[in-house]
Amino acid sequence: MNSDLGSLLWGGLLETLYMVFWAALFAIAIGMVLGVSIVVTDKGHIYESPKIHKVLGTLINSVRSLPFIILVVILIPVARLILGSTLGPTPAILSLSIGAAPFLGRIIENALKEVDIGKIEAAQSVGASKWTIIFRVMLPEAFPALIRGITIGLIGIVEFTAIAGAIGAGGLGSLAIRYGYQRFREDILISTVLLIIVLVQVIQFTGDRMARSVDKRRNQLG
Amino acid sequence: MIKIKELYKTYKTKKHEFPALKNINLSIKRGDIFGVIGFSGAGKSTLVRCLNRLEEPDSGYIEIDGVPITELNDKGLQEARKKIGMVFQQFNLFDSKTVYGNVAFPLVAAKKSESFIRHRVEEVLGFVGLADKSGSYPAQLSGGQKQRVGIARALVNDPDVLLCDEATSALDPQTTYSILELLKEINERLDLTIVIITHELDVLQHACRNMAVMEDGEIVETGPVEKLLLQPESNTSRQFVKILEHYDRRRQEVEGGLGI
Repeated sequence: MNSDLGSLLWGGLLETLYMVFWAALFAIAIGMVLGVSIVVTDKGHIYESPKIHKVLGTLINSVRSLPFIILVVILIPVARLILGSTLGPTPAILSLSIGAAPFLGRIIENALKEVDIGKIEAAQSVGASKWTIIFRVMLPEAFPALIRGITIGLIGIVEFTAIAGAIGAGGLGSLAIRYGYQRFREDILISTVLLIIVLVQVIQFTGDRMARSVDKRRNQLG
Repeated sequence: MIKIKELYKTYKTKKHEFPALKNINLSIKRGDIFGVIGFSGAGKSTLVRCLNRLEEPDSGYIEIDGVPITELNDKGLQEARKKIGMVFQQFNLFDSKTVYGNVAFPLVAAKKSESFIRHRVEEVLGFVGLADKSGSYPAQLSGGQKQRVGIARALVNDPDVLLCDEATSALDPQTTYSILELLKEINERLDLTIVIITHELDVLQHACRNMAVMEDGEIVETGPVEKLLLQPESNTSRQFVKILEHYDRRRQEVEGGLGI
């Protein structure tokens, strides 16, 4: 019985980690493109373009205004088309990535907006190209804020995987629903909840530590 | 060296129009230390920011060292900017980079070789007196040291012109003095033309040879710095001189009172 519980939880945890990892990878990649684009197209920035800025903002807001569970339902046919299946962790990664990307886009936008325009002007004044400014000034200067933001994003993705579990994505959320809720297995319900809490704590702790170690603005002695 | 003709710039918002530069005509000689002085909102900062087009003028012509700045496209402007260094009031250093990384940035952006960069950065850091701070981060430096890094970063491309936008306004008087001494040394040893924007007559008097006085977006007076002190013509310069006289009188009073 105990080993049965153990292997169930272990399997669920692995599935969750698998989904979080890949969804985070895609969501961060898309979110980076969205976040950088929306910042540099803003008024007075290096690729000022009110049109693109507006379109991106509207796109992000539209996806974000959908409750995640609805988004998953909408994306079921898309998952079937691309992956040939709608059940299990792999198809869930599609909805998780698309659901989390606009969220990460906003987080990354906020981190990049914190970079003082004066630093960008300083880079312009020595003849740096726009790409150099993005990759060698904006991203490194925003790095601590990016890590803090992405940590929040990762935790959001953990939440999303638990929700996706409700409609057959697998992982810890699915265990909690199928065993804990539908079969009254309280031990499984509580264990999954505890595992998710631990997972979130680990992510937050690691994120905080990393952000602090790359932040050169203070606590630098010698 | 620097020629400005009929330069105009107006800031427009939906409701207001604010003319920041009105028909600016000015020429600055090679090797000069040229001061532009005026009260807040006179347009002096806009003027210097137009010289490397951090601010786009509405109309007019700017030429620096024979290069028609106002006629350049993006690529040409990038190239031209390598020869026009700029120093900022708030230093604008990169917090994530060391002193070395900050000074190396313009060369890295220009894709210079690593050995060239190392050699050049060390040379420039030595020149501004920060050879031992190469591995420090800006957060570990004093204001004066930060501005020295800012100057080193502006010099590393070996420019012909150095623009100083209120470069000493965030510094205490003693540090201001040492930064001005450094600028004078740069002017002499590197034969650099320097443009200093300031609202302090002290800075003008200490560092500059020629000057222009700005008032409401216009240049109201130009000439050698001594002229402003001896025969102030414009309202602004008379006010500046009045402030100076006030300080002198106060000093005499205080000295008299103390029996010195």
